[in-house]
Amino acid sequence: MIQARLKKKLYGTNGEFELSAELKVEKGEFLVVFGPSGAGKTTLLRLIAGLERPEEGYILVDGSVWLDTQKGINLPPYKRSVGFVFQDYALFPNMTVLKNVMYGMPKKDKSKAVELLKLAGMEALKDRKPESLSGGQRQRVALLRALAREPQVLLLDEPLSALDHNLRSSLRKEIKAFQKRFNTTAIMVSHHLADALELADRVLFIKEGKLIREATPQELVEEKLKEKLVSSKNGKYLLELSKEELVEFFEFE
Amino acid sequence: MSQIDLTAFFLTLKLAFITTFLLYLAGIPISYYIAYSKSKFAFLLEALCSLPLVLPPTVLGFYLLLLLSKEGPIGSVWYKLFDRQLVFHFEGIVVSSFIYSLPMMVHPLSAGFRSVPKSLIEASLSLGKGPVYTLLRVVLPNMKASLLTGGVLSFAHTMGEFGVVLMVGGNIEGETRVVSIAIYDAVEKIDYTTAHVYSALLLLLAFLSLAMLYAINRRWSF
Repeated sequence: MIQARLKKKLYGTNGEFELSAELKVEKGEFLVVFGPSGAGKTTLLRLIAGLERPEEGYILVDGSVWLDTQKGINLPPYKRSVGFVFQDYALFPNMTVLKNVMYGMPKKDKSKAVELLKLAGMEALKDRKPESLSGGQRQRVALLRALAREPQVLLLDEPLSALDHNLRSSLRKEIKAFQKRFNTTAIMVSHHLADALELADRVLFIKEGKLIREATPQELVEEKLKEKLVSSKNGKYLLELSKEELVEFFEFE
Repeated sequence: MSQIDLTAFFLTLKLAFITTFLLYLAGIPISYYIAYSKSKFAFLLEALCSLPLVLPPTVLGFYLLLLLSKEGPIGSVWYKLFDRQLVFHFEGIVVSSFIYSLPMMVHPLSAGFRSVPKSLIEASLSLGKGPVYTLLRVVLPNMKASLLTGGVLSFAHTMGEFGVVLMVGGNIEGETRVVSIAIYDAVEKIDYTTAHVYSALLLLLAFLSLAMLYAINRRWSF
Protein backbone atom coordinates (compact mmCIF):
# COMPACT_ATOMS: atom_id res chain seq x y z
CA MET A 1 0.00 0.00 0.00
CA ILE A 2 1.17 3.52 -0.80
CA GLN A 3 0.50 6.43 1.50
CA ALA A 4 1.78 9.82 0.52
CA ARG A 5 1.41 13.49 1.25
CA LEU A 6 3.41 15.81 -0.94
CA LYS A 7 3.81 19.55 -1.36
CA LYS A 8 5.82 21.33 -4.00
CA LYS A 9 5.74 24.74 -5.65
CA LEU A 10 5.22 24.59 -9.40
CA TYR A 11 5.25 27.14 -12.18
CA GLY A 12 2.38 26.95 -14.64
CA THR A 13 1.11 29.12 -17.47
CA ASN A 14 -0.93 31.14 -14.97
CA GLY A 15 2.02 31.65 -12.62
CA GLU A 16 3.09 29.88 -9.46
CA PHE A 17 0.86 27.28 -7.80
CA GLU A 18 1.32 24.61 -5.18
CA LEU A 19 1.04 20.92 -5.81
CA SER A 20 -0.56 19.61 -2.65
CA ALA A 21 -1.60 15.99 -2.79
CA GLU A 22 -2.51 13.34 -0.27
CA LEU A 23 -3.14 9.86 -1.56
CA LYS A 24 -3.58 6.29 -0.46
CA VAL A 25 -3.35 3.44 -2.95
CA GLU A 26 -4.14 -0.15 -2.00
CA LYS A 27 -1.88 -3.05 -3.01
CA GLY A 28 -2.75 -4.15 -6.54
CA GLU A 29 -4.97 -1.14 -7.16
CA PHE A 30 -4.83 0.79 -10.43
CA LEU A 31 -5.18 4.49 -9.75
CA VAL A 32 -5.57 6.98 -12.57
CA VAL A 33 -4.82 10.61 -11.80
CA PHE A 34 -6.92 12.50 -14.26
CA GLY A 35 -6.61 16.15 -15.14
CA PRO A 36 -5.63 18.75 -17.71
CA SER A 37 -2.08 19.47 -18.89
CA GLY A 38 -0.05 21.55 -16.45
CA ALA A 39 -2.06 20.43 -13.41
CA GLY A 40 0.95 18.77 -11.76
CA LYS A 41 0.22 15.14 -12.75
CA THR A 42 3.69 14.29 -14.04
CA THR A 43 5.35 16.05 -11.08
CA LEU A 44 3.31 13.88 -8.73
CA LEU A 45 4.71 10.73 -10.35
CA ARG A 46 8.23 12.14 -10.40
CA LEU A 47 8.00 12.93 -6.69
CA ILE A 48 6.94 9.36 -5.93
CA ALA A 49 9.81 8.03 -8.06
CA GLY A 50 12.30 10.34 -6.32
CA LEU A 51 13.17 12.18 -9.54
CA GLU A 52 12.12 15.43 -7.88
CA ARG A 53 12.27 16.59 -4.30
CA PRO A 54 9.20 17.99 -2.57
CA GLU A 55 9.32 20.90 -0.15
CA GLU A 56 7.35 18.90 2.36
CA GLY A 57 5.79 15.49 2.75
CA TYR A 58 6.20 11.76 3.19
CA ILE A 59 5.90 8.58 1.16
CA LEU A 60 5.29 5.22 2.79
CA VAL A 61 5.28 2.11 0.62
CA ASP A 62 4.32 -1.23 2.21
CA GLY A 63 5.52 0.10 5.55
CA SER A 64 8.92 1.36 4.40
CA VAL A 65 9.69 5.06 4.39
CA TRP A 66 10.81 6.42 1.03
CA LEU A 67 10.50 10.03 2.02
CA ASP A 68 9.96 11.95 5.21
CA THR A 69 11.01 15.57 5.02
CA GLN A 70 10.57 16.04 8.77
CA LYS A 71 13.03 13.24 9.53
CA GLY A 72 15.29 14.18 6.62
CA ILE A 73 14.72 10.88 4.81
CA ASN A 74 14.73 10.99 1.01
CA LEU A 75 15.68 7.76 -0.75
CA PRO A 76 17.30 8.35 -4.15
CA PRO A 77 15.34 7.00 -7.15
CA TYR A 78 17.52 3.90 -7.48
CA LYS A 79 16.65 2.82 -3.94
CA ARG A 80 12.90 3.06 -4.53
CA SER A 81 11.23 0.04 -6.02
CA VAL A 82 9.44 1.70 -8.93
CA GLY A 83 8.92 0.95 -12.57
CA PHE A 84 8.55 4.23 -14.43
CA VAL A 85 7.06 4.27 -17.92
CA PHE A 86 7.96 7.58 -19.51
CA GLN A 87 5.89 9.51 -22.00
CA ASP A 88 8.76 9.41 -24.52
CA TYR A 89 9.51 5.73 -23.66
CA ALA A 90 13.16 6.51 -22.74
CA LEU A 91 14.44 3.21 -24.12
CA PHE A 92 18.21 2.89 -24.14
CA PRO A 93 19.26 3.33 -27.80
CA ASN A 94 22.54 1.47 -27.28
CA MET A 95 20.83 -1.72 -26.15
CA THR A 96 18.67 -4.32 -27.88
CA VAL A 97 15.04 -4.85 -26.91
CA LEU A 98 16.04 -7.85 -24.77
CA LYS A 99 18.80 -5.92 -22.99
CA ASN A 100 16.40 -3.05 -22.35
CA VAL A 101 13.94 -5.45 -20.72
CA MET A 102 16.68 -7.13 -18.68
CA TYR A 103 18.29 -3.85 -17.58
CA GLY A 104 16.35 -3.33 -14.38
CA MET A 105 16.05 -6.98 -13.31
CA PRO A 106 17.46 -7.51 -9.82
CA LYS A 107 18.92 -10.81 -11.10
CA LYS A 108 19.50 -10.88 -14.84
CA ASP A 109 17.25 -13.68 -16.07
CA LYS A 110 17.26 -13.95 -19.85
CA SER A 111 14.61 -16.68 -20.01
CA LYS A 112 12.23 -14.59 -17.91
CA ALA A 113 12.80 -11.56 -20.11
CA VAL A 114 12.16 -13.65 -23.23
CA GLU A 115 9.01 -15.01 -21.58
CA LEU A 116 7.78 -11.46 -20.96
CA LEU A 117 8.49 -10.51 -24.56
CA LYS A 118 6.60 -13.61 -25.70
CA LEU A 119 3.57 -12.56 -23.63
CA ALA A 120 3.57 -9.22 -25.43
CA GLY A 121 4.12 -10.87 -28.83
CA MET A 122 7.52 -9.21 -29.14
CA GLU A 123 9.87 -12.20 -28.98
CA ALA A 124 10.85 -11.91 -32.63
CA LEU A 125 12.05 -8.36 -32.02
CA LYS A 126 14.31 -9.16 -29.08
CA ASP A 127 17.55 -8.48 -30.95
CA ARG A 128 16.37 -5.26 -32.56
CA LYS A 129 17.44 -1.80 -31.39
CA PRO A 130 14.68 0.60 -30.22
CA GLU A 131 15.22 2.94 -33.20
CA SER A 132 13.85 0.28 -35.55
CA LEU A 133 10.61 -0.18 -33.59
CA SER A 134 7.25 1.50 -34.09
CA GLY A 135 5.75 3.74 -31.40
CA GLY A 136 3.49 0.97 -30.08
CA GLN A 137 6.33 -1.55 -29.96
CA ARG A 138 8.52 0.93 -28.09
CA GLN A 139 5.79 1.53 -25.57
CA ARG A 140 5.38 -2.22 -25.02
CA VAL A 141 9.12 -2.57 -24.42
CA ALA A 142 9.04 0.36 -21.98
CA LEU A 143 6.20 -1.30 -20.08
CA LEU A 144 7.92 -4.70 -20.04
CA ARG A 145 11.17 -3.11 -18.88
CA ALA A 146 9.38 -1.46 -15.98
CA LEU A 147 7.52 -4.68 -15.06
CA ALA A 148 10.59 -6.93 -15.38
CA ARG A 149 12.00 -5.12 -12.39
CA GLU A 150 9.08 -6.45 -10.32
CA PRO A 151 8.51 -3.03 -8.77
CA GLN A 152 6.37 -2.31 -5.76
CA VAL A 153 4.87 0.60 -7.67
CA LEU A 154 4.33 0.96 -11.40
CA LEU A 155 4.22 4.61 -12.49
CA LEU A 156 2.87 5.44 -15.93
CA ASP A 157 3.27 8.96 -17.26
CA GLU A 158 0.72 9.34 -20.07
CA PRO A 159 2.25 6.33 -21.80
CA LEU A 160 -0.31 6.26 -24.60
CA SER A 161 -0.47 9.93 -25.49
CA ALA A 162 1.82 9.71 -28.53
CA LEU A 163 -0.05 6.81 -30.13
CA ASP A 164 -3.01 6.64 -32.49
CA HIS A 165 -6.36 5.61 -31.07
CA ASN A 166 -6.40 1.99 -32.35
CA LEU A 167 -3.04 1.33 -30.77
CA ARG A 168 -4.03 3.11 -27.57
CA SER A 169 -7.01 0.84 -27.20
CA SER A 170 -5.05 -2.41 -27.64
CA LEU A 171 -2.18 -1.22 -25.42
CA ARG A 172 -4.59 -0.27 -22.67
CA LYS A 173 -5.80 -3.85 -22.60
CA GLU A 174 -2.21 -5.09 -22.42
CA ILE A 175 -1.30 -2.70 -19.61
CA LYS A 176 -4.31 -3.79 -17.61
CA ALA A 177 -3.59 -7.49 -18.26
CA PHE A 178 0.05 -7.17 -17.15
CA GLN A 179 -0.85 -5.13 -14.09
CA LYS A 180 -3.40 -7.79 -13.02
CA ARG A 181 -1.03 -10.65 -13.77
CA PHE A 182 1.73 -9.21 -11.56
CA ASN A 183 -0.72 -7.70 -9.04
CA THR A 184 1.35 -4.50 -9.20
CA THR A 185 0.14 -1.31 -7.59
CA ALA A 186 -0.10 1.18 -10.43
CA ILE A 187 -0.49 4.92 -10.70
CA MET A 188 -1.06 6.36 -14.12
CA VAL A 189 -1.53 9.98 -15.03
CA SER A 190 -3.61 10.91 -18.03
CA HIS A 191 -5.81 13.57 -19.49
CA HIS A 192 -7.61 11.01 -21.62
CA LEU A 193 -11.01 9.95 -20.38
CA ALA A 194 -10.84 6.58 -22.11
CA ASP A 195 -7.69 5.71 -20.10
CA ALA A 196 -9.49 6.42 -16.85
CA LEU A 197 -12.55 4.45 -17.91
CA GLU A 198 -10.77 1.34 -19.08
CA LEU A 199 -7.82 1.09 -16.71
CA ALA A 200 -8.72 2.61 -13.38
CA ASP A 201 -10.04 0.97 -10.27
CA ARG A 202 -10.29 4.49 -8.95
CA VAL A 203 -9.89 7.93 -10.51
CA LEU A 204 -8.46 11.00 -8.79
CA PHE A 205 -9.10 14.38 -10.32
CA ILE A 206 -6.30 16.91 -10.17
CA LYS A 207 -6.62 20.62 -10.92
CA GLU A 208 -3.92 23.24 -10.40
CA GLY A 209 -2.01 20.94 -8.11
CA LYS A 210 -4.93 19.93 -5.90
CA LEU A 211 -6.59 16.53 -5.83
CA ILE A 212 -10.12 17.87 -5.94
CA ARG A 213 -12.14 14.65 -5.76
CA GLU A 214 -12.19 10.96 -6.49
CA ALA A 215 -14.57 8.70 -8.37
CA THR A 216 -14.95 5.18 -9.63
CA PRO A 217 -14.87 4.69 -13.41
CA GLN A 218 -18.61 3.94 -13.26
CA GLU A 219 -19.30 7.28 -11.59
CA LEU A 220 -17.16 8.96 -14.21
CA VAL A 221 -19.17 7.32 -16.99
CA GLU A 222 -22.45 8.37 -15.43
CA GLU A 223 -21.22 11.91 -14.98
CA LYS A 224 -20.04 12.19 -18.56
CA LEU A 225 -23.28 10.70 -19.83
CA LYS A 226 -25.23 13.33 -17.93
CA GLU A 227 -23.05 16.02 -19.46
CA LYS A 228 -23.67 14.54 -22.90
CA LEU A 229 -27.40 14.35 -22.34
CA VAL A 230 -27.43 18.00 -21.49
CA SER A 231 -25.07 19.09 -24.20
CA SER A 232 -26.21 16.87 -27.05
CA LYS A 233 -29.64 16.42 -28.55
CA ASN A 234 -28.70 12.93 -29.65
CA GLY A 235 -26.99 12.09 -26.38
CA LYS A 236 -29.69 9.72 -25.17
CA TYR A 237 -28.37 6.76 -27.10
CA LEU A 238 -25.19 6.81 -24.98
CA LEU A 239 -27.17 5.29 -22.12
CA GLU A 240 -27.46 2.07 -24.05
CA LEU A 241 -23.75 1.65 -24.78
CA SER A 242 -21.60 -1.04 -23.16
CA LYS A 243 -18.41 -0.10 -21.26
CA GLU A 244 -16.23 -1.04 -24.27
CA GLU A 245 -18.39 1.06 -26.58
CA LEU A 246 -18.19 3.97 -24.16
CA VAL A 247 -14.40 3.72 -24.05
CA GLU A 248 -14.43 3.77 -27.86
CA PHE A 249 -16.77 6.74 -27.82
CA PHE A 250 -14.67 8.76 -25.40
CA GLU A 251 -11.54 7.89 -27.32
CA PHE A 252 -12.65 10.46 -29.89
CA GLU A 253 -13.86 13.05 -27.39
CA MET B 1 71.83 13.29 -45.45
CA SER B 2 71.85 13.42 -41.71
CA GLN B 3 70.80 10.47 -39.55
CA ILE B 4 67.12 10.80 -38.52
CA ASP B 5 66.66 10.32 -34.80
CA LEU B 6 63.08 9.34 -33.98
CA THR B 7 63.47 9.75 -30.20
CA ALA B 8 61.54 13.03 -30.28
CA PHE B 9 58.76 11.42 -32.28
CA PHE B 10 58.35 8.52 -29.85
CA LEU B 11 58.58 10.87 -26.88
CA THR B 12 55.79 12.97 -28.41
CA LEU B 13 53.65 9.86 -28.97
CA LYS B 14 54.21 8.79 -25.35
CA LEU B 15 53.30 12.29 -24.15
CA ALA B 16 50.15 12.35 -26.29
CA PHE B 17 48.98 8.91 -25.10
CA ILE B 18 49.57 9.67 -21.41
CA THR B 19 47.98 13.13 -21.67
CA THR B 20 44.92 11.80 -23.50
CA PHE B 21 44.50 9.02 -20.93
CA LEU B 22 44.72 11.51 -18.04
CA LEU B 23 42.36 13.87 -19.84
CA TYR B 24 39.75 11.11 -20.12
CA LEU B 25 40.09 10.39 -16.39
CA ALA B 26 39.66 14.02 -15.38
CA GLY B 27 37.61 15.26 -18.34
CA ILE B 28 34.67 12.89 -17.79
CA PRO B 29 33.85 14.05 -14.23
CA ILE B 30 34.63 17.71 -15.02
CA SER B 31 32.43 17.71 -18.12
CA TYR B 32 29.69 15.80 -16.30
CA TYR B 33 29.68 18.50 -13.64
CA ILE B 34 29.68 21.30 -16.22
CA ALA B 35 26.82 19.70 -18.16
CA TYR B 36 24.55 18.70 -15.30
CA SER B 37 25.40 20.87 -12.31
CA LYS B 38 22.66 23.23 -11.19
CA SER B 39 25.21 25.36 -9.33
CA LYS B 40 25.15 28.97 -10.44
CA PHE B 41 28.96 28.94 -10.37
CA ALA B 42 29.40 26.05 -12.83
CA PHE B 43 30.09 28.58 -15.59
CA LEU B 44 33.29 29.59 -13.76
CA LEU B 45 34.67 26.08 -14.09
CA GLU B 46 33.67 26.05 -17.75
CA ALA B 47 35.47 29.36 -18.32
CA LEU B 48 38.54 28.13 -16.45
CA CYS B 49 38.70 24.98 -18.59
CA SER B 50 38.43 27.07 -21.76
CA LEU B 51 41.20 29.50 -20.82
CA PRO B 52 43.98 27.60 -22.65
CA LEU B 53 42.04 28.14 -25.88
CA VAL B 54 42.42 31.91 -25.75
CA LEU B 55 45.63 32.41 -23.78
CA PRO B 56 48.89 32.68 -25.72
CA PRO B 57 50.90 29.49 -25.01
CA THR B 58 53.73 31.63 -23.63
CA VAL B 59 51.42 33.18 -21.01
CA LEU B 60 50.13 29.78 -20.02
CA GLY B 61 53.68 28.42 -20.07
CA PHE B 62 54.94 31.28 -17.90
CA TYR B 63 52.34 30.71 -15.19
CA LEU B 64 52.82 26.96 -15.35
CA LEU B 65 56.56 27.51 -14.96
CA LEU B 66 55.91 29.49 -11.77
CA LEU B 67 53.46 26.86 -10.46
CA LEU B 68 55.56 23.82 -11.31
CA SER B 69 59.03 25.11 -10.43
CA LYS B 70 60.81 23.83 -7.33
CA GLU B 71 59.65 26.91 -5.41
CA GLY B 72 56.11 26.91 -6.84
CA PRO B 73 53.06 25.59 -4.95
CA ILE B 74 52.69 22.42 -7.05
CA GLY B 75 56.35 21.91 -7.95
CA SER B 76 57.51 22.12 -4.33
CA VAL B 77 55.07 19.39 -3.21
CA TRP B 78 56.15 17.21 -6.13
CA TYR B 79 59.80 17.76 -5.23
CA LYS B 80 59.18 16.77 -1.61
CA LEU B 81 57.33 13.63 -2.67
CA PHE B 82 59.60 12.41 -5.48
CA ASP B 83 62.86 14.30 -4.96
CA ARG B 84 62.70 15.43 -8.58
CA GLN B 85 61.71 18.68 -10.25
CA LEU B 86 58.64 18.93 -12.43
CA VAL B 87 60.05 21.57 -14.75
CA PHE B 88 62.53 20.39 -17.38
CA HIS B 89 61.28 16.84 -16.89
CA PHE B 90 58.82 14.64 -18.74
CA GLU B 91 56.28 14.73 -15.86
CA GLY B 92 56.27 18.52 -16.08
CA ILE B 93 55.39 18.53 -19.76
CA VAL B 94 52.65 15.96 -19.06
CA VAL B 95 51.09 18.40 -16.56
CA SER B 96 51.46 21.29 -19.02
CA SER B 97 50.01 19.28 -21.90
CA PHE B 98 47.13 18.23 -19.71
CA ILE B 99 46.24 21.85 -18.93
CA TYR B 100 46.89 23.01 -22.49
CA SER B 101 44.65 20.34 -24.07
CA LEU B 102 41.95 20.39 -21.38
CA PRO B 103 39.44 22.35 -23.52
CA MET B 104 39.92 19.87 -26.38
CA MET B 105 38.52 17.16 -24.09
CA VAL B 106 36.07 19.12 -21.94
CA HIS B 107 34.23 20.89 -24.78
CA PRO B 108 33.17 17.82 -26.79
CA LEU B 109 32.46 15.83 -23.63
CA SER B 110 30.23 18.46 -22.03
CA ALA B 111 28.39 18.82 -25.37
CA GLY B 112 28.07 15.03 -25.40
CA PHE B 113 26.67 14.89 -21.88
CA ARG B 114 24.16 17.60 -22.76
CA SER B 115 23.07 15.64 -25.83
CA VAL B 116 22.04 12.56 -23.82
CA PRO B 117 18.31 12.90 -23.04
CA LYS B 118 17.68 13.40 -19.35
CA SER B 119 14.92 10.82 -19.48
CA LEU B 120 17.47 8.06 -20.24
CA ILE B 121 19.33 8.87 -17.06
CA GLU B 122 16.11 9.06 -15.08
CA ALA B 123 14.93 5.76 -16.58
CA SER B 124 18.15 4.07 -15.49
CA LEU B 125 17.94 5.51 -11.97
CA SER B 126 14.30 4.52 -11.65
CA LEU B 127 15.24 0.99 -12.74
CA GLY B 128 17.40 0.68 -9.65
CA LYS B 129 20.82 1.55 -11.09
CA GLY B 130 23.09 4.01 -9.30
CA PRO B 131 24.74 7.06 -10.87
CA VAL B 132 28.08 5.37 -11.67
CA TYR B 133 26.43 2.34 -13.31
CA THR B 134 24.15 4.72 -15.23
CA LEU B 135 27.16 6.73 -16.39
CA LEU B 136 29.03 3.67 -17.61
CA ARG B 137 26.13 1.73 -19.14
CA VAL B 138 23.78 4.43 -20.40
CA VAL B 139 25.37 7.89 -20.61
CA LEU B 140 28.84 7.19 -22.03
CA PRO B 141 27.71 4.61 -24.63
CA ASN B 142 25.20 7.15 -25.94
CA MET B 143 27.84 9.82 -26.47
CA LYS B 144 30.48 7.71 -28.24
CA ALA B 145 31.04 10.35 -30.92
CA SER B 146 31.86 12.98 -28.29
CA LEU B 147 34.22 10.60 -26.48
CA LEU B 148 36.04 9.87 -29.71
CA THR B 149 36.17 13.55 -30.70
CA GLY B 150 37.57 14.52 -27.28
CA GLY B 151 40.22 11.81 -27.46
CA VAL B 152 41.35 12.51 -31.02
CA LEU B 153 41.43 16.28 -30.60
CA SER B 154 43.34 16.03 -27.31
CA PHE B 155 45.81 13.60 -28.84
CA ALA B 156 46.37 15.66 -31.99
CA HIS B 157 46.57 18.92 -30.03
CA THR B 158 49.19 17.46 -27.69
CA MET B 159 51.18 16.10 -30.63
CA GLY B 160 51.47 19.61 -32.08
CA GLU B 161 52.08 21.75 -29.00
CA PHE B 162 55.16 23.92 -28.84
CA GLY B 163 55.11 27.04 -26.70
CA VAL B 164 53.92 25.60 -23.39
CA VAL B 165 56.23 22.59 -23.60
CA LEU B 166 59.19 24.77 -24.45
CA MET B 167 58.50 27.12 -21.52
CA VAL B 168 58.05 24.33 -18.97
CA GLY B 169 60.24 21.57 -20.34
CA GLY B 170 62.95 23.36 -22.26
CA ASN B 171 64.72 21.38 -24.98
CA ILE B 172 66.26 18.33 -23.36
CA GLU B 173 66.79 15.40 -25.68
CA GLY B 174 64.96 12.25 -24.60
CA GLU B 175 63.23 14.08 -21.77
CA THR B 176 61.34 17.10 -23.07
CA ARG B 177 62.32 17.57 -26.72
CA VAL B 178 59.08 16.83 -28.51
CA VAL B 179 58.70 16.81 -32.30
CA SER B 180 57.62 20.43 -32.65
CA ILE B 181 60.68 21.58 -30.69
CA ALA B 182 62.90 19.20 -32.66
CA ILE B 183 61.58 20.76 -35.91
CA TYR B 184 62.36 24.26 -34.61
CA ASP B 185 65.79 23.07 -33.55
CA ALA B 186 66.49 21.45 -36.91
CA VAL B 187 65.41 24.55 -38.86
CA GLU B 188 67.69 26.70 -36.72
CA LYS B 189 70.57 24.36 -37.58
CA ILE B 190 69.53 24.45 -41.25
CA ASP B 191 68.94 20.67 -41.07
CA TYR B 192 65.96 20.71 -43.41
CA THR B 193 65.91 16.95 -43.91
CA THR B 194 65.15 16.29 -40.25
CA ALA B 195 62.66 19.15 -40.23
CA HIS B 196 60.98 17.67 -43.32
CA VAL B 197 60.74 14.16 -41.90
CA TYR B 198 59.34 15.33 -38.57
CA SER B 199 56.94 17.77 -40.19
CA ALA B 200 55.71 15.18 -42.66
CA LEU B 201 55.19 12.68 -39.86
CA LEU B 202 53.21 15.22 -37.82
CA LEU B 203 51.19 16.28 -40.84
CA LEU B 204 50.38 12.68 -41.76
CA LEU B 205 49.47 11.73 -38.19
CA ALA B 206 47.27 14.82 -37.74
CA PHE B 207 45.49 14.20 -41.05
CA LEU B 208 44.97 10.49 -40.36
CA SER B 209 43.64 11.20 -36.84
CA LEU B 210 41.11 13.71 -38.15
CA ALA B 211 40.14 11.58 -41.16
CA MET B 212 39.52 8.62 -38.85
CA LEU B 213 37.50 10.82 -36.49
CA TYR B 214 35.24 12.16 -39.23
CA ALA B 215 34.85 8.74 -40.88
CA ILE B 216 33.75 7.08 -37.64
CA ASN B 217 31.52 9.99 -36.68
CA ARG B 218 29.81 9.83 -40.08
CA ARG B 219 29.21 6.13 -39.64
CA TRP B 220 27.76 6.63 -36.15
CA SER B 221 25.50 9.44 -37.29
CA PHE B 222 23.73 7.37 -40.00
